Amino acid sequence: MAALEDLYASGHRACAGCGCALFLKTLMRVAGPDVIVTNSTGCMEVVSTPYPESAWKVPWIHSLFENNAPVAAGIEAALKATGRKGNTKVIAIGGDGATFDIGFGLLSGVMERGHDILYICYDNEAYMNTGIQRSGSTPYDASTTTTPAGKMSFGNQRPKKNVPAIMAAHGVPYVATTSMGYPADFTKKVRKALSIEGPKYLQVHATCVPGWGIDGALSLEILRLAVETGLYPLYEYENGQITSVKKIKNRKPVKEYLDKQKRYSHLFKMPGGDREIEKIQHIADLNAKHFNLDIEEKATAKEKEAKEE
Amino acid sequence: MAKMAVMEGSHAIAEAARVCRPSVVSAYPITPQTHIVEDLSAMIANGELTNCEYVRTESEFSAASVIQGAQAAGVRTFSATSSQGAVLMYEVLFSIAGMRLPCVLAMANRAVSSPINIWNDHQDAISARDNGWIQLWAEDNQEAADMIIQAYKIAEDHRVTLPVMVNFDGFQVTHLYEPVEVYDQKMVDEFLPPYDPLFKLDPKDPVTMGALAQPEYYTEARYMVHAAQITAKPIIEDVAREFGRKFGRFKGGLIDTYKMEGAEVALVAMGSILGTMKDAVDEMRSAGIPVGIVKIRTYRPFPVEALRAALKGVKVVCVLDRNISLGMEGAVFVETKAALYNASESPTMLGFIIGLGGRDITVRDIKGIVDKGYKKIGGERVSELEWYQLDRNILPEGI
Ligand SMILES: Cc1ncc(C[n+]2csc(CCOP(=O)(O)OP(=O)(O)O)c2C)c(N)n1
Ligand code: SF4
Ligand SMILES: [Mg+2]
Repeated sequence: MAALEDLYASGHRACAGCGCALFLKTLMRVAGPDVIVTNSTGCMEVVSTPYPESAWKVPWIHSLFENNAPVAAGIEAALKATGRKGNTKVIAIGGDGATFDIGFGLLSGVMERGHDILYICYDNEAYMNTGIQRSGSTPYDASTTTTPAGKMSFGNQRPKKNVPAIMAAHGVPYVATTSMGYPADFTKKVRKALSIEGPKYLQVHATCVPGWGIDGALSLEILRLAVETGLYPLYEYENGQITSVKKIKNRKPVKEYLDKQKRYSHLFKMPGGDREIEKIQHIADLNAKHFNLDIEEKATAKEKEAKEE
Repeated sequence: MAKMAVMEGSHAIAEAARVCRPSVVSAYPITPQTHIVEDLSAMIANGELTNCEYVRTESEFSAASVIQGAQAAGVRTFSATSSQGAVLMYEVLFSIAGMRLPCVLAMANRAVSSPINIWNDHQDAISARDNGWIQLWAEDNQEAADMIIQAYKIAEDHRVTLPVMVNFDGFQVTHLYEPVEVYDQKMVDEFLPPYDPLFKLDPKDPVTMGALAQPEYYTEARYMVHAAQITAKPIIEDVAREFGRKFGRFKGGLIDTYKMEGAEVALVAMGSILGTMKDAVDEMRSAGIPVGIVKIRTYRPFPVEALRAALKGVKVVCVLDRNISLGMEGAVFVETKAALYNASESPTMLGFIIGLGGRDITVRDIKGIVDKGYKKIGGERVSELEWYQLDRNILPEGI
């Protein structure tokens, strides 16, 4: 019975098709019930605990927007000091705003000090709770309410911050990116992270229906397109070294990902938008090169090499 | 007979924290609090403080967050800070109190930037008065150390379950060497039983902490913190008395009074300034001037009834504030006035801003303030608020 019970109960207030709520539900199936969860202020906190209701059937604490990591570190320290640690896992959950921006220094401190916690950033690429404002995770050219597309702007003009690399540079044992478009990949990486002692960082790409301007029914398909285009590469770092990359066969053009989301719709209407799409394609190409994403047939690989020379 | 030793105030406070057996200590260095966290680090390194995790964070914001998480997990914690560190912690301090986590924070009071100034005044804690923490204010090394032990007992009382901030003056207490009692661990253990949390984060019995309260619940959540503050008043008194019986030192609960018999002018203040004030009052009393002192020992909850009773029959009350609510008056002055406004007899009240950013306060200053009180009694015009030590020569022209 217990195995069938959802530790993240339905009835929460998330939008239909929300990739982030799917993340929580799946996470609890994999990680629970011997966990303690800290949660930063954000959409997932708000939709899951409107008093007197709570979707959480595991111990859960929300303090502030920026301190889910050190609160988790405090819990870990308390369990350690009193010999209660056992198999209990401490998991800190934060949005990209909490993780990339306001809580970044605090997270860095926790990672550097070696606390035995799993930090998971659910990356919906903007401040959704406060109405879709830009974060350090918002991708290039996405329109948000603080980087709106307009006559003079194509939207957010900075590329996404490379937080996984920064986390890996802390020398922590495990860092990985994953996506709710690939539940098996997600599950595998959560399990792996939880089996390792020390600080772990997981970054999960997850949709926000109104934030991205998508059809909720296409949530998983769109997340998969992010991976299949090379815009959201999935990889693992172990002790600072990249140890696995999800390879892509026949990498798709980024256009196929962009044209399903309102946050990019201006690129298809504005003069010069096609050039911007080329720039985004270039970002994907660089990712493919950096992570060696493409599965190429031997002949074509050789051809390409010849061309490059 | 209690064993005494000459120790730096910081060391006495660290010793008090140690004998309370915290499971998690987390802090970040800042003058004049630094020696406390260094001493605790040494105690852990030397094996004098065991079963304790010391988390050396990258900021005060994280230190406060760490003790919040640890306390939520059901263990006793300790932290210490001052000034800028306290200001950086403020957001977390609200969260800790709202969640009813009985943390204890030692606060080496110091001025707040800008201009940057590392010396004592009370601005850091005063500006944190509305966050739900109980605030105790010590006068000297011994009282500061004793207050740490009392603070845990008050905070962890199930009728209270609120965090407590123990305030003591930076440098005047933290860096001063004085004889203090060397605590007997057994006596402390008898006085302070192990922490028994009302609720905690535990996979065997899951709870949700820090839920979202919409308008239909928020008022009640705030009221409950307020009610716990009010409930704490007699408990603070009881704990101080029980401590007095056990350790032989009772310095008052909510307030303390000094030579208030027949006083015409009463001085009201908090912190280490009390020593100088007592010297001044002694001199004035021997000169036949009926002046006394009311020391505020508990600033939150504010001791309204105790102040009304203690100041009854006094002609003029002079409140000395080592803080300023800019654009208004000193906070203790404002609140003392508010406390007495609807009392059956309300004395005339004068406020004095004094000792900001470490400016020395002398017996002469105190006597000068009492003089102002007597001028008022004599019908002279005295301004309600005076920046007592303001040096007009330093100010630019026209101010
Ligand atoms: C100190 C502070 N600043 C601002 C806010 C307002 N705020 C609450 S949640 C949030 C954005 C959350 O973004 P993210 O972490 O990406 O989570 P999401 O809502 O997207 O799930 C903001 C700006 C706050 N609660 N605290
Ligand atoms: S606003 Fe976005 S992140 Fe929030 S519940 Fe809806 S879909 Fe999920
Ligand atoms: Mg977000």
